[in-house]
Amino acid sequence: MRAMVYRGPYKVRVEEKDVPEVEHPNDAVVRVTRAAICGSDLHLYHGLLPDTRVGMTFGHEFIGVVEEVGSSVQRLKRGDRVMVPFNIYCGSCFYCARGLYSNCHNVNPNATALGAIYGYSHTAGGYDGGQAEFVRVPFADVGPALIPDWLDDEDALLMTDALSTGYFGAQLGDIVEGDVVVVFGAGPVGLYAARSAWLMGAGRVIVVDHLDYRLEKARTFAHAETVNFTEHDDVVVHLKRITGHLGADVAIDAVGAEADGSFLQHVTSAKLKLQGGSPVALNWAIDSVRKGATISVMGAYGPIFSAVKFGDAVNKGLTLNMNQAPVKRQWPRLLEHIRNGHLKPNDIVTHRVPLEHIAEAYHMFSAKLDDCIKPIIVMEEPA
Amino acid sequence: MSADADRPTTTYVAAKPPLPETPEQLRARIPGWGADLDPRDRPANPQERFDPGATGAHWDFPERQVERYPRERSIEHGTLPPVFGTSAPLHGLSGAVRRLAYARYSEGRAAHWLLLIAGDRIDAVESHLRSFATLHPDNPITETGVLSEVRRHGVASRFGRGRADVNHQWIDPVLVAGPWVAAGTAAGTAAFLGVRSLVRRVRS
Repeated sequence: MRAMVYRGPYKVRVEEKDVPEVEHPNDAVVRVTRAAICGSDLHLYHGLLPDTRVGMTFGHEFIGVVEEVGSSVQRLKRGDRVMVPFNIYCGSCFYCARGLYSNCHNVNPNATALGAIYGYSHTAGGYDGGQAEFVRVPFADVGPALIPDWLDDEDALLMTDALSTGYFGAQLGDIVEGDVVVVFGAGPVGLYAARSAWLMGAGRVIVVDHLDYRLEKARTFAHAETVNFTEHDDVVVHLKRITGHLGADVAIDAVGAEADGSFLQHVTSAKLKLQGGSPVALNWAIDSVRKGATISVMGAYGPIFSAVKFGDAVNKGLTLNMNQAPVKRQWPRLLEHIRNGHLKPNDIVTHRVPLEHIAEAYHMFSAKLDDCIKPIIVMEEPA
Repeated sequence: MSADADRPTTTYVAAKPPLPETPEQLRARIPGWGADLDPRDRPANPQERFDPGATGAHWDFPERQVERYPRERSIEHGTLPPVFGTSAPLHGLSGAVRRLAYARYSEGRAAHWLLLIAGDRIDAVESHLRSFATLHPDNPITETGVLSEVRRHGVASRFGRGRADVNHQWIDPVLVAGPWVAAGTAAGTAAFLGVRSLVRRVRS
């Protein structure tokens, strides 16, 4: 089969690999029809996440058609059209039994602090991902779900991570009616988080970024006010000023490990790998919110320490809520929102490219060329 | 100046600053505004909720996947988890470094992660060298996707738009070239030593 393969930092290519096999009785093998490149794939692409091995296929956002199932699979059959959450989880461990699907303990030998994710390094379990013609899907009775007939392929694809994570991030903010919500990052997850904050009754939503075209999308898609941090000498002071010098009630960090805004923080983390992530957005969140506020973190950070301003967080009495999204828990409610017209996920898709062009798609997305917000990989239909 | 004129309207008094729009205005402007106002309508609220029957699992503990080769694992695990990825088994010098990181250091130790990152860099050099002995050698032009700079408006996308990331993007080519320079140096040194050894043998 044809598959994207990592060749080292900033280098990927498409090559022939063996079609994955059923390795466990509850595995399925899925023929991928659509995959996406996620902003967090760029952390791998840049070599930021430890134990990212040459030869791995990335891709934790994908949908497809069931090609083969293992002997114990009861809920899926060959030919089913499925969407697959980015979390791989067993459904039966201590954590899964408590709804913490992203924290499953039965799927990742390489780390106990992290569950397992498709195509996301060996630190996330060592599973190949869905930027390929076929992918192994463990626990087929637990993770994947049939795509409703009425749901568009691209909307289904975006539910496998970006939309679910953004919506989850807004929930982590514990928003109450009239809250002022600041979202750091106008990438796909930030846009969805901003849009979701309104569903939860926010009174104001302010999105912070430095890319003009993404801020424009925040205004049109997420109905938000916007702040371009490059236009202000001190964005913390600006956010205080526009919130009556009180600060926001809720901040959402939808940036994660490669935040811009501080040359030193960015270079020591994203380039030199001396920090688990550049905590610029998180530190701005801590400093700009009001005392007693809630900060939601679902931007991806690496496992090494980061220079986070915990003293200010303690002294301000902040609540920090965080996790990787337990994707499938979000789906029933998100399907209602899509069906009711509250959300149209694929409004943020900017590029659709074939698998053979994936190296250029990675570079374009990484370097933020051509006003790229969300690139999707469209697989060729089998002859 | 009177005391009232000097009285601040926000932050230093009990009331919150006023919002620019009322709930009615927001409901009219934004589709679905307030649909999930009730926390009970939020599916991840609370995050931790005991409901073992909700997942679809029909086992107490999953059957174990066959371990076809010794699978490295964190020493914080009490046992090898029953299911695991098989993407890229350990091999070569990078494999030895990664194996040491897993066997010796917990996730709480910086040495664990720094060794894994060192293994990643060694892996890149090893893989570049190995690719030169195949019919599909690494190609820095196609694999970096750098041609999209032309096709996707590299200059117009970057300059004159106030982007904060332009000030460090010059570092990227250095990072890309690093493993190539290391691999080239290693290959050149090996070739030099080989030739020198051969010449010495011939002379003696």
